This record gives sequence, C-alpha cells and structure tokens, in this order.
Amino acid sequence: MPLPPEHLSYPLRRYGMDHDRYDWSMLPRRAPVRWPNGARVALWVTPVLEFFPLDPGTEAVKAPGGMQTPYPDLRHFSLRDYGNRVGIYRLLEVFDRLGIRASVPVNAAVAERHPSLLREITRRGYEVIGHGIDMATLHFGGLEEGEERRRVQAALGTLRRLSGQPVTGWLSPAKSESANTLDLVAAEGISYVCDWINDDLPYPLRTRSGTIHALPHATELSDFAVIFQAHQSEAEFAAQVRDQFDMLYGESETKGGRIMAVTLHPWISGQPHRIKAVADALGYVVRRAGVWSATGAEILAAFKAQA
Amino acid sequence: MRRDPGLYDYLPWNARPRITWPNGARVAFWVAPNVEFYELDPPANPTRKAWARPTPDVLAYSYRDYGNRVGFFRMLEVMDRCGVRGSVSLNVAVCEHHPELIAVARERGWEFFSHGIYNTRYSYGMDEAQERAIIQDSIATVEKHAGQRIAGWLAPALTQTERTMDLLAEHGLLYTCDLFHDDQPQPVKVRQGRFVSIPYSLEMNDIIVYGVYGESPRRYTEKLKAQFDQLYAEGATSGTVMAIPLHPYAVGQPHRIGPFAEALEYITGHEGVWLATGREIAAHYLAHHYDAAVAAMTKIGGE
Repeated sequence: MPLPPEHLSYPLRRYGMDHDRYDWSMLPRRAPVRWPNGARVALWVTPVLEFFPLDPGTEAVKAPGGMQTPYPDLRHFSLRDYGNRVGIYRLLEVFDRLGIRASVPVNAAVAERHPSLLREITRRGYEVIGHGIDMATLHFGGLEEGEERRRVQAALGTLRRLSGQPVTGWLSPAKSESANTLDLVAAEGISYVCDWINDDLPYPLRTRSGTIHALPHATELSDFAVIFQAHQSEAEFAAQVRDQFDMLYGESETKGGRIMAVTLHPWISGQPHRIKAVADALGYVVRRAGVWSATGAEILAAFKAQA
Repeated sequence: MRRDPGLYDYLPWNARPRITWPNGARVAFWVAPNVEFYELDPPANPTRKAWARPTPDVLAYSYRDYGNRVGFFRMLEVMDRCGVRGSVSLNVAVCEHHPELIAVARERGWEFFSHGIYNTRYSYGMDEAQERAIIQDSIATVEKHAGQRIAGWLAPALTQTERTMDLLAEHGLLYTCDLFHDDQPQPVKVRQGRFVSIPYSLEMNDIIVYGVYGESPRRYTEKLKAQFDQLYAEGATSGTVMAIPLHPYAVGQPHRIGPFAEALEYITGHEGVWLATGREIAAHYLAHHYDAAVAAMTKIGGE
C-alpha cells in the first residue's frame, strides 16, 4: 500500500518560508547594522535562573536537564538548585570584575523563592527576561490557549511585580513554543523573544498584536550544549567562545555590527573547576576595543533605531 | 526483508585494480554541502516522525533555517577562498523557497544532486510509482531552476527502499551517496545499466561529528586532517576519495567556521589533490575503472 497522497503533495512549496511568522531573508543581503559609539560587537551574556521542580508532572514536552530518576530525584534537583545558591554568585563576581552587564532569564518560581537573588540581579542594572513559570511548566503545541495565556500572565506578572522592571524579553523554558506563544507574549507587552535560533541579528516576527523581534540567543554556544549535552571540557567551551568572538569581530570590520551571545547556566559554569575557564574566555572578549556589553533590550533598541 | 542488501560484491582493500585520477592526483576530494528545507508542519510519515516535539518545534526548525539565512554564506566564503566547488546535496524544494541560494551556487559552477524534495518527507512506505515521482520531480526541478541534469542521489534524510538504486539507474543517474562501505567508488548492482557509489562519509560529516559524537570544532579539524593524511598516503598507490559532507546550519556557526577553514586550507594546500565534484568522480570511475572492478569482485561466499 502506498503512502497517502498528501505525502507527495506540497501546498506550501513556494517562494520564501512555509509559514507567515517571518520573511525569508539572507544575512549578507541586509544593510549593515551600526551599534552605538561605533561598537563592533554587542556582547549579550545571558545567565539563566531556573527552577526544576522535584515533581515535574507529565507534560507533553520535558525540558532537558530535568528530573531523571524515580521520585524523589534529589540528585538532579539539588544539583540544579546549586546554580541558584552558589554558582550564580561566582558568575556575578566574574561579571562585576569584567564590567559585563548581563541579561537574566528568570523562571518566575525563582523570583518567588529567592527574592534576595532577584535583587542581586536588579541592583546591578541587569535586565530581567521572562522565562516562564518553571522548567516543568512549558509551552508547546497542543497546550490549550487559555491555559497558555494564564501561564504567560502568571510568569510575567510575578516577574514584573518582584523586579520592578517592565520585562520586555521572553525566553520560553526549553525554547519550546506552541503555535500561539508569540501572539500571547506579544499581547502581554513582550517586544522580543529568544526561542528562534535561525539568525545572528534581530529580525521581525508577526503576531496578532503587531510586530515583535527575534533576538539570537545562544543555543549552540552555551555551556549546556557544549559541556552538559556534548560532554566537552570547559577548556573546549572556552576555545569556542574565543573562536566565535574572533569570527564575529573579524566580520564586523566589513559587514556591520554583530552580536556575541553567550548562554550560561550557573549550575554548570558556576562549578569551581569551570569558573576560571569561563571567566578567562569572557575576559578575552571584553578586553578588545569596540565590544559593547549590552542587554537584550538595549540591543533591540539600537537595532530598531536604524531600521 | 533481505539479510544483505545485494547491492555489491566483495573487493578487499589490499587486492584491487589500481585507480588513477586525472593529472596523477592521489586523492579525489569533494565537498558536499547539504542545502535543505525542513518543513514546520509536514504530513506525518507512518514510520518516522519529523520532529521530536509537538508542532511547532521552533527550536529544531529554526536551527535548520539558520543554515540558509546565515551559515551558507560563511561556508561559501571559505570554499571560495580554497577554490573548492561544492556538490550540493539539495532538497529540491529549495529551488522554489530560496532561489537565491541556487543562483549563488550555480554561478560558481557547483554541481547539484538530489537529496529528495524536503528533508521532512521520507521514502519509507512509498510504492514504486511514488518513488519514481520524487526522482522525476528532482530531475525536472533542478533542470528548470539550476540548468543541469542531476547525476547523483542522497536519499532524503537517508531514507531508502529496496528498489531505490534500481530506479535511480533507470532514470539515468550515475551515483549514490547512501553507501558507506568503501573509500573508493564502487559498482552498485542494479536491474539495468551501470551505477556506482561514491564515498560520502558519515565519519567526516559535520553534523555527525558535532551532533552525534559531540566533538568540538577543533577536534573536527584534527579528524579532517588525519583522514586526509591517511587517504593521501594511500593514494600514492591507488587513488582514494575524501568527502566532506557539510550542513551550513552546523559548520556555518561562527564558533565553528574558523577551525573548519583551517582544515580546508590544509587539504587544498597539498599537491596531487583533485578538487572534484561527485559527478566528475563518478564519470571518471565509470569510464576508466568500473569494468576492472566488476571483473575483480567476488560474490559473497564465493572464492
């Protein structure tokens, strides 16, 4: 018996994309971007504050890095929690020393559980990015729209109330979205999302509440992908940070401003044996002239100002 | 189901007719960028899911899309600098979705071979008429948009059927990239005509190295150099083939392209390396070495 006929039918085989969220666009065919003060590379460092519940439930999509053993998985719960108790403070020390202004995706549950940690973020002038409720309450295809709206409102409401910031950026937990996520976060005042990893610069996304932007949050160049998932060493991670910077810095000479996005997880990079390699790699970046340590909102504002 | 695919006989590495390449080259070197389009919401094949997550899997989808928007052009610059023409493993629907990429490759004299219609449409479960339809679609689409007739095939997402090779040969194609059994071209047994396999390599495939083995960009460079050194040394005795299959969304990331460029410069900096395309390797082998190989082969279980 052959495959049903729809398998050889291609209704969206046409110029451009197979959906209407964004337009097809090639990076080298766009006008070069200029950053403030002649900066060549915007350094966008995003340490992520996550809460992995001990009782994650049975949702359709599970965040990688969550509970694995039969209940109670104290092993994974407590190692993730290490990031919020210890690891983040090592990272903050590095950022202070290097003059890095971070943008911090925060699960609303972390803000509620550790108000003093949130204050450490806000008092430094770092940007707080919406990162859902927690790492077991995800957004995914098939999630009922009313329930998803409730999750978005709860996450952003909590974070705005506790941080005192407008919170205009959004990173879905595990970068998992439903078909409605962009519409729902835009309706709640989000102006950029970090879930789409198809570009090196911001680009516009269409939503039911108007245009928002995608920002190129690092997925491949993250401690999670390199160290946790691929089992590479901190030295190999640091080498990739330097190689990435060298490439982008070189391109910025002739091709316009670039964004150097670095994603860090305090429970990975904040371990004593890793922090020095991570700090050295970031130091390599900030030492160079023309590196602008910026938040997501600042990068987006500079990008939109010249569009 | 068969216990052996029945596609080739036995030809031990240490007892083969000698292969020579044009101008006395030791290694035929070819680079095969996979230029792909993954659909956000394809019809679900009964045998294989397209995406791990429920639709829309924006993470996996946008990762692939990076290759077309950004990574392709970084890869292109490195290949241009090293004088390497690509043999594009093409999801042919890219001709319609992103004709700009086709034009860029075409103006450089690159080859195109088919990698199916989309990387999210699988051959599993197709009957013969359906498989013929995607072969004919591939031939017609590439002819129309790229002005050349495809000679090669890499099954879409490496999904094959028992009859794929027969149908490819019947449609006048010369080579398959789906067999990983050798470091030289090999005759492939088909119902009619002459057909060969070209070494394509999973081991040197960027996405396998980075993604499956989880190795670093610099480790990939070490592996590429070691692979080349060995094939170059052996190529002094009988010509070998080195393939680098690429995925612009993987190798074109800024933290990877620098180390990759170093490997490509190393390889192309040697004398006696034939910078070829898949079609050129297959045609040369068919014209000069195919018959001798067939004569030298022994059947499985034979003497």
